[in-house]
Amino acid sequence: MKVPITITVNGKKHQAEVEARTLLVHFLREHLRLTGTHVGCDTSGCGACTVLLNGKALKSCTMLAVQADGHEVTTIEGMATNGTLHPIQEGFHQKHGLQCGFCTPGMVMTAADLLSKNPNPDDHQIREALEGNFCRCTGYHNIVESVKYAANAMSE
Amino acid sequence: MTYIGKSVKRLEDKRFLTGKGKYTDDIVLPGMTHAYIVRSPHAHARILNVNTSKAEELPGVIAVFTGKDVAEVNGVPCGWQVNFKNGDTMKEPPHKLLVADKARHMGDGVAMVIAEDYATAKDAAELIVVDYDPLPAVTNTADALKAGAPTVHDDAPNNICFDWELGTDKAVVDAAFEKAHHITTLEYENQRVIPNAIEPRSAIGHYDDTNERYTLYTSSQNPHLIRLLLCAFVLGIPEHKVRVVSPDVGGGFGSKIFHYTEEALVIWASNQIKRPIKWTAERSESFLTDAHGRDHVTKAEMAFDADGNILAMRAKTIANLGAYLSSFAPAVPTWLYGTLLQGLYTTPAVHVDVTAVFTHTTAVDAYRGAGRPEATYLLERLMDTAALEMKMDPAELRKKNFIPPFDGIEQEGYTTQVALQYDSGNYDRVLDRALEMVDYKKFRADQAAARKEGRLLGIGFSTYIEACGIAPSAVVGALGARAGLFESAHVRVHPTGKVSVYTGAHSHGQGHETTFAQVVADKFGIPLEDVILEHGDSDSVAFGMGTYGSRSLAVGGSAIVKSVEKVIAKGTKIAAHLLEASEADIEFAEGKWSVKGTDKAVGFGDVSLTAYVPHNYPEGLEPGMDFSSFYDPANFTYPFGAHIAIVEIDKETGKTTLQRFIAVDDVGNVINPMIVEGQIHGGLAQGIGQALFEGAIYDESGNLMNGTYMDYTMPRADDLPSFEVDNAVTPCPHNPLGVKGAGEAGCIGSTPAVVNAVMDALSPYGIHDVKMPTTSERVWNIIHANEA
Repeated sequence: MKVPITITVNGKKHQAEVEARTLLVHFLREHLRLTGTHVGCDTSGCGACTVLLNGKALKSCTMLAVQADGHEVTTIEGMATNGTLHPIQEGFHQKHGLQCGFCTPGMVMTAADLLSKNPNPDDHQIREALEGNFCRCTGYHNIVESVKYAANAMSE
Repeated sequence: MTYIGKSVKRLEDKRFLTGKGKYTDDIVLPGMTHAYIVRSPHAHARILNVNTSKAEELPGVIAVFTGKDVAEVNGVPCGWQVNFKNGDTMKEPPHKLLVADKARHMGDGVAMVIAEDYATAKDAAELIVVDYDPLPAVTNTADALKAGAPTVHDDAPNNICFDWELGTDKAVVDAAFEKAHHITTLEYENQRVIPNAIEPRSAIGHYDDTNERYTLYTSSQNPHLIRLLLCAFVLGIPEHKVRVVSPDVGGGFGSKIFHYTEEALVIWASNQIKRPIKWTAERSESFLTDAHGRDHVTKAEMAFDADGNILAMRAKTIANLGAYLSSFAPAVPTWLYGTLLQGLYTTPAVHVDVTAVFTHTTAVDAYRGAGRPEATYLLERLMDTAALEMKMDPAELRKKNFIPPFDGIEQEGYTTQVALQYDSGNYDRVLDRALEMVDYKKFRADQAAARKEGRLLGIGFSTYIEACGIAPSAVVGALGARAGLFESAHVRVHPTGKVSVYTGAHSHGQGHETTFAQVVADKFGIPLEDVILEHGDSDSVAFGMGTYGSRSLAVGGSAIVKSVEKVIAKGTKIAAHLLEASEADIEFAEGKWSVKGTDKAVGFGDVSLTAYVPHNYPEGLEPGMDFSSFYDPANFTYPFGAHIAIVEIDKETGKTTLQRFIAVDDVGNVINPMIVEGQIHGGLAQGIGQALFEGAIYDESGNLMNGTYMDYTMPRADDLPSFEVDNAVTPCPHNPLGVKGAGEAGCIGSTPAVVNAVMDALSPYGIHDVKMPTTSERVWNIIHANEA
């Protein structure tokens, strides 16, 4: 059975009919072809699929697309404006906070949530905030530096 | 303009940061179908019947294939042969694309469903009824050799794949032990770990019947090798009819080197159904089917004289290879392990004996470091344990036994007892620097004070060496490799002076698009943005051996340098003609060919244009500026370093907190320090993960008990400190860039440093070993058993 939904993604309203069991992440990747949001696991453990739902970080594999009906979603594709990287994206670039790039979208979105709540986090707070997101490449060191860079840039 | 040695920000970042990376699962082909694989829930079972009729009837299902359908198709091959001590060939049982009669590990593929969409494929898979007759399984490494252990393959008696030895005459080693003042003995497990690249493996097979060509998109570290194995060994398809593309790949760490059954399945089946097929692993499938790492059981002994000089070392290892031989599995516990058992030390007698066994578990193959972490763990645990037993300082004990500095040019390379010749090294320097960074004297004072307060503070050392830049083809061929291990490069200078570089190496996080461009831009004296690196597509890159063994820059980068030199040499001929000078009087620097001692010069762009618009051109010279090269190294490269860990253990909970981690690595010349540091950081996290958190757990019937991210504890951001890293530079004497490789160093050195620190923290209890991972539970039990 298909269910009609309306979801605003990166500021653009999308109407679609989806199977009730469609996860939000699959809606984003397969229906909207926004493949920047990744699937790294099947137990909501890796955080690669993190998006913002009404401004708050959410693992988009833990939510059905129908539950997002009427809500606003921001994905990694919605972070830069007119080709200018968001300060968090810029931070990851400047501080080498990414290697293979697969966990990166989820890290950026989680960091966005953190900085919206705590604009000046210390190392410990950053590490705690990111503990739901696996990175196997960086050892997290440079991700922490990237988030600090972003916090500084955003407070200026 | 200089780029080499600068922390140039990565050119590849933007696409990843904006969600535009293109990983295999992001690709959608017209008419693409989706595959789901039914896998054995049993570690060992006879397959009595597979009933697919209900699945086939489900609307949207296109085809279902079982082991019987692929019975005539070859299995995936093993790319490395190791012989028994008596000269017999290793046991090499077939590894079929789907099993028809018997499952040999949990996750063995039994059937493949192909449907219009993924959900339907998965629904249909649940309708397939497989009758299994479960059989007893053996999963534990040491148990595989015990009398009466269940048999994995009938043609491998006692579950032995091969036995193997290397080193000094055993009698000489044993005699050295007879004379020893002190012998340190360790019996330990180097536990099985699961690589867990965050991108699950994925493959798309596409047979295009208009031109009878196949395309395989696959999350692989070496697309050309996959093509070779697929064509020549599995499916018998002509190689020129197959294109293999590895687009962006989300981490590999070794696990994406190997040729997996799913790659062959989607290609084979795409010809059966004449439509493209995508298969992407779920994480739980990755846990069960990505090749695992490590899994050794070892008894190791080191003999010392009264002054702490090492007299001899001997080790006896059982290595678990899993149920089937993965692509390079036999090389890992032998030529990548035994050869590193000299370490950084002048040990005059070394012997290693390895028995490789089959078990009812996922295949084991190269995982970041591959054999070298196992060797380093053995040596470095022995060194700290010996220091404790002999009441010597662990840093001093190492320095007493270090091979003296040698640069490989003025002083010869160092020939070991275990078949290698180290290229260059300066081992004291890295340890001295690490001791300085940790402020060793102060730490020991702090530790003494902490102990008085009853706190458990510990320091652990590890000084490692690795063999990287894998590897000279003739050498690996003699050691059993069934492939060469050179690398190719192609440098295409366009008429406008812009440059495309094609490499057979593959970047899946290592930043080749930046590092390699830095090398080329520097050598040509042109802006970085004038260079683009292409990799990962067998149609555009002529050939390649891929990325593993910290080889990309040392081998692939050297191939690029050869092509760059060919461009400059041809440019010299063209410039001499344009400048009306003799070739001998022309020099190339900073993007210009000049007549020595004059201001007459012609630029890179002008010479490039002339090569393609050859109106005024040297007689007899071919037009164009386009050179390919192959580089086969003269030797391995030998990075080394010193790692120090400081931990504190909470007595009440047994929890280990890693307070500091200091790493001083010497990876030869460094092209991009930022990227090298990033590689070290990532390696450290994986090595620390093995020490403190990670380990596959099988139950007695062969179930993988922690095959999800809920259960398998990889380090998370709040488990680790920020790292303190530095480097020293001892250039590699035998490749043109003087580089040694940095991908695996962190993972090789860190594990024993952390475990040594845990042991040092627990030393007031008088114990000498703890199993990895040193979880809170294990440590708490040790504390409480020894306090009681």
